[in-house]
Amino acid sequence: MKPAPFDYVRAETLDEVLAVLAAEGSDARIIAGGQSLMAMLNTRLAKPKVLIDIMRLRELDRIETRAGAITVGAGVRQAALLSWPSLAEKLNLVALALPWTGHVQTRSRGTVCGSIAHADPSAEMPLALLALGGEVHLRTARKRRKVAANQFFTGMMSTARGDDELIEAVSFPSGNATRCAFREVARRHGDFAIVACAAVAGQNGVRFAVGGVADTAVARDWPRLDGSALDDALNAFAHELDARDDVHATARYRRDLVRLIGRDLVREVLQ
Amino acid sequence: MTRLQSDRRHHIRFTLNGATAHGEAEPRMLLTDFLRHQIGATGTHVGCEHGVCGACTVVVDGMITRACLTLAVQVDGSEVRTVEGLAPSRDRLGVLQSAFKRHHALQCGFCTAGILMSLDHFLRDYPTPDESDIRDLLSGHLCRCTGYTPIVRAALDAAHELAGSPTSEENAHA
Repeated sequence: MKPAPFDYVRAETLDEVLAVLAAEGSDARIIAGGQSLMAMLNTRLAKPKVLIDIMRLRELDRIETRAGAITVGAGVRQAALLSWPSLAEKLNLVALALPWTGHVQTRSRGTVCGSIAHADPSAEMPLALLALGGEVHLRTARKRRKVAANQFFTGMMSTARGDDELIEAVSFPSGNATRCAFREVARRHGDFAIVACAAVAGQNGVRFAVGGVADTAVARDWPRLDGSALDDALNAFAHELDARDDVHATARYRRDLVRLIGRDLVREVLQ
Repeated sequence: MTRLQSDRRHHIRFTLNGATAHGEAEPRMLLTDFLRHQIGATGTHVGCEHGVCGACTVVVDGMITRACLTLAVQVDGSEVRTVEGLAPSRDRLGVLQSAFKRHHALQCGFCTAGILMSLDHFLRDYPTPDESDIRDLLSGHLCRCTGYTPIVRAALDAAHELAGSPTSEENAHA
């Protein structure tokens, strides 16, 4: 339960971060709040040769409202976003989901972008990013690109990020008065979700997203559904998620939760 | 940019409970091991070493922190508070510690240091918590002796006492 040896780089500028990433590639890992990565290092599931600490970069510690989107920089801690005064008004889904991310003791240091980089299939921030149709802002020493959430999460703890790319920020579209709902079932509040669900009402229907069941969070867009049509759609979705039995819950229990929570949330946001 | 080599020990200087402290650590050394083995501050306990049990909870630069998910090199220049800083003197318990004793809020004591640090930090920001606030905070800690009920009682009692005490902010939690 001790990390394997690594060099520790305390970066002072973004250029330094990108230069080390360009030089070291997959041997380097970015550390921000460390609340996912340190556990991976301690258990030696991750054994980078270089750790690049980005928490001294003030320019990454920003929450910005621009062009209908809220951009959250790589240095923004979960606790900081949770106490951002405009959160409930501008990003209600995140306001509902973030209290379920870890505990007070981990949100104080853990970052929003770090949780998205880690891409745990049961994590709330990837689910919220997917449900809202957000983007991940990636950057190397030479180029920048944005990847949509539904392209970014490629599997269990794997993403479309290149080895030399830094997640500079993530952006969530800020729907004015979009109706949304979130619910999670876990053994203990703050533990990994057995099932986490989010619903967001759109102009012509609803997007319903589920985490904790498949290898990534998965979303479906439906027209306005009710009654048996909604039940059928949820049942088909629950089976498509290909739930598995594990120590926390059976596949059947997970499908039940998707159907039951899904019906409640979709009805709630379409009211 | 500073690059600390993996195979060397690096000098770490920080503030521990108000006093200057220093030691040496390889980059991979956890703050838990650094505090216990290099500094000799063994009040911070080590349980799961992956951030789940909460036994190693300390406060770094005003942020409640799992010491097992923090590297010693990350606290260079920081202000660290641990359970050793709670008592006002060697022969006197702090308000929170006394409440724990009064309410039998510990048995084996393994989880206690972390829970005290969480509560001490929390009560500074939220001096009048209700039971659900305390239980939400305690969800970040595992205690296998008490069933949590006496811990909740002790926390609420200590909050009540601290809110009613006319002491200044500096020593309100001493």
